[in-house]
This record gives sequence, C-alpha cells and structure tokens, in this order.
Amino acid sequence: MDRIEASPLTIYQAHLEKGELAYQWSLDANRAVFYPRVICPFSGSERLEWRVSAGLGTVYATTVTHPREGAPYNVALIDCDEGFRLMSRIEDIAPEAVRIGMRVKFRIYRPGGDEPPYPVFTPMEPA
Amino acid sequence: MDGLQRGSAAIVGVAESDLGAVAKDMSAIDLMAQGIHRALDDCGLALREVDGLLCATAQSRTSGLALAEYLGISPAYIDTTILGGSSFMFHVAHAQAALQLGLCKIAIIAYGSTQRTIGRRQASVREYNPYETPFRPFLPSTAYALAASRHMHQFGTTREQLAAVAVAAREWALLNPVAWEKKPLTTAEVLSARMVSYPFTVRDCCLITDGGGAVIMTTAERARSLKKPPIYVLGCGQAITHANISSMPDLTVTGALQSGRAAYEMARLGPKDIDVVELYDAFTINTILFLEDLGFCSKGEGGRFVEDGRIAPKGSLPVNTNGGGLSYCHPGMYGLFLLIEATRQLRHECGARQIADCETAIAHGNGGVLSSQSTVILGTQATV
Repeated sequence: MDRIEASPLTIYQAHLEKGELAYQWSLDANRAVFYPRVICPFSGSERLEWRVSAGLGTVYATTVTHPREGAPYNVALIDCDEGFRLMSRIEDIAPEAVRIGMRVKFRIYRPGGDEPPYPVFTPMEPA
Repeated sequence: MDGLQRGSAAIVGVAESDLGAVAKDMSAIDLMAQGIHRALDDCGLALREVDGLLCATAQSRTSGLALAEYLGISPAYIDTTILGGSSFMFHVAHAQAALQLGLCKIAIIAYGSTQRTIGRRQASVREYNPYETPFRPFLPSTAYALAASRHMHQFGTTREQLAAVAVAAREWALLNPVAWEKKPLTTAEVLSARMVSYPFTVRDCCLITDGGGAVIMTTAERARSLKKPPIYVLGCGQAITHANISSMPDLTVTGALQSGRAAYEMARLGPKDIDVVELYDAFTINTILFLEDLGFCSKGEGGRFVEDGRIAPKGSLPVNTNGGGLSYCHPGMYGLFLLIEATRQLRHECGARQIADCETAIAHGNGGVLSSQSTVILGTQATV
C-alpha cells in the first residue's frame, strides 16, 4: 500500500488557493464524490480522480441564520452540475432573497489571516 | 430486526432525574444516578441486581466508566453507543439483544445533562468541519431549517403549520406538572418570536434545559414478578443516513422510513394500530417529517395533518403527550424521555394527560441533524 502523501483536504484546499472548486470522481461508481475522501462511499474503491468543477449549480435548500449579534446571513446547500452537493452561501443578494432552484455560480472567497479560502456562490441572473 | 424477538424483554422501571434548571454543580453523572435510584424504586429492584449498564451523555467521554464507578458496580454487559438524541432507542434494542442472549439480567439505560446550567458550548463541544464550519451554520438549528425550507418548497408546508406543532406541544405541556413551560402559546406568538434560522423562530426550536433519567429493562419472564405492569418491547428499528446535513440524501425523507418499517415488521403492527405517538421534536419540522415517515400520513401531507389541532390534546392522534422537547424538557439528547412517557402512558400513570384505553405506543428517536433514527414500539400485557 502506498503511503498517502497529501490528505484529501490538503489537495482540495490547494485547488481553492488556485481559485478552483475541486471534487473527486469515482472511477468505479462512475459518479462524483464530495466531500473529498480516501475511499469512495458508493463503491469502497480507492480509485478517486480529482476534477475541477465548472462551478455552476442550483440552490437545493436555503436558510437565513440570525446570530444573536450581527447581521443575518445565508446558509445554503448547492447541487453542482457535476452531481455533488456542498454547503455554501449565496453572496451579492439579500440572504432572504435566495430561492431554491436558483442557478448560481462559484466564486472563491478569501477570508484572510490564517483561514483558508472557501467556495461561495453568486446568482447567475441579476436578482 | 432479525434476531430480536417481539416481547422478549420489557421496560419495568422509568424515572426522570431533576429537570429544568438543576442545583449548582450537579454533574451529568449525578443526574444519571438520581434517575437510576428513582427508576429502581419504580420497579422494586436493588442496585446490586443491575448487571447491564447502557448510557450516553455529551458531557463525559467515557461515561460508562464514570457511571459504573459512581454506582460501585462492575456490569457484565456495558454499552455506551452514542449517536445523538436517539442513542437511548439504540440502547433499548441492544439491551433486548443482551437480555435475550443472557449477557445480563437487569439492564439500566441512563442519561444526564446539565447543559442549561453550564451552557450549551460547555456541554457539547462542536467539532470543526472544514466543509461546513466556514459557513457558520448555527447547529443544529440551521440544518433543520434547511430541511424545513425543502419541505416548504416541495409540499407547500407553511410557517403556520410548523407553528401548529409548537402550539400542540404547549397544550400538552400545560397538562404535565413537570413541564418547563407553564403558559399557553398561540400561533401568532410562535410566528413573531425571535428568528433563529428561517423559518424557525425560537418557539420552533426545542428548549435548552438540564435533565436526565433512567429506564430499566429485564426479560419478559422476570418482568412479570416486579412492582409495575411490564411494558413490552414489541419492535425496534434503526437507520443511519448521514452525519452532516450536506450529506443527507433527501432533506424531506428521513431514516425514520426504514427504522419505522423495521419496527412495525418486528411488532407485526402498523401505524393504525398505535395508540400513543412520541416523536423526537427538537424542531417543529421533526414532528411533521416523522408523522410522514412513520406512516401516520403520506409524504408531504404532514403540514396539513397537524394544522387543525389533530395532534393537540383534543385531537384524534395523541402526539408528544408530555409536551415534547418543545415545551416539556430538552437537555440535548432527548430520546430517553420519549421512552419514559410512552411507558407511563401504557401504565396509565399520566393523570390529566392520560390517553384512555391505550395499549400500544411508538417512541421515535432522532439524533444529530436528522442523522440517526431509531424507533421503539411498546405494548402492554394485552399485546403480547
């Protein structure tokens, strides 16, 4: 067995550093895998290939979370066109205006400091 | 569930510990011990007879060790399965298996939490998830809100229908002397309360209380010679579908579909045969989802099913008769209290909230973010 030299998370975040949203493709299950793993949850196989998403998706579920202090913000689940789902938020639109079924596009978000970049989405059509 | 035999084991003792806001510096294990003492008293057994110990709490990494030491026992069978609030329904199935195999003769299932006193962050430390945490989901409410958004989108479920669940729970709580909430609640009050995660206001979300308790199980044979009428385990079923909400296959269908099916099959009963329904109502959407997935109404009909008081005290289906996690008590892992209430209903010990002529009850536990589902069907002597 080969020792793992870079964790799934390390590779995922390296893609994000380059402004890419990466996911895995299971060669045995013939479907997308997300979050990135060491083995495929559909087949048990190690044969997972890294791919870069086109970054287009559809809002599957959405909520506006209201912290005790600070402004309410959106939390959404996005179904990417390649067939994987991830948690994210929709920006450039009021959080309560986000709708299920809305077409959205990936954008890299760089929080700065020690925090790694992460994927957010924006509406494809002007709101 | 293959291997478990309908009615082979029974619940013989149940008790809550102190609930609500407990005395300063009480520990989760103190509450387990108090619940165990009261539950032993309920059935007339002594602590030295206990040879099976099952427990779960968010506040002790090795709770089985802590509790066994505290009680001064060295149990032959021990199980600290922890899968969130449904853990105790898993414990019932595991205890039944252990009793059937003779691995133990008297099994205790215990829970304790002081999350209100020490604060939720102290009681249950959140694990960092690099794929979710950056988006600041306020867990668990954000996750359940996402499920609610999907139900509203697909089936037209309304905030008023969600509120009807909270109002019904409150009406039941007003009939329960130990319930945390003591005042009536209206739909308008639910809708106008502080928003937590849309569509949930704070009144769509469970309480944050302290509390604990214990359930004692033994073999059907031994159960018949104890203080109270035995309440038999007729069916058990379980299903795990995911851990994180972003990995839940379909946010409108829970593992209760499978866990319920398995429990009904083992019990040789269906939803129409169930007299009392106790569902894990951490959020108002839960009650709707579980009514659907456990077959009390069809998928997507849950909102309309609850809107006219059908699950309230004067309604046709008694649901969450103790006032639920929404209005009675919710120390973080609520499942044990559903087993306690179902047992008491079947023993006809529930005073003003007692359901007449009940012989069967379902206690359905939920854990994580709709992640683990575990169903237990209980029945009186007349059902075995």
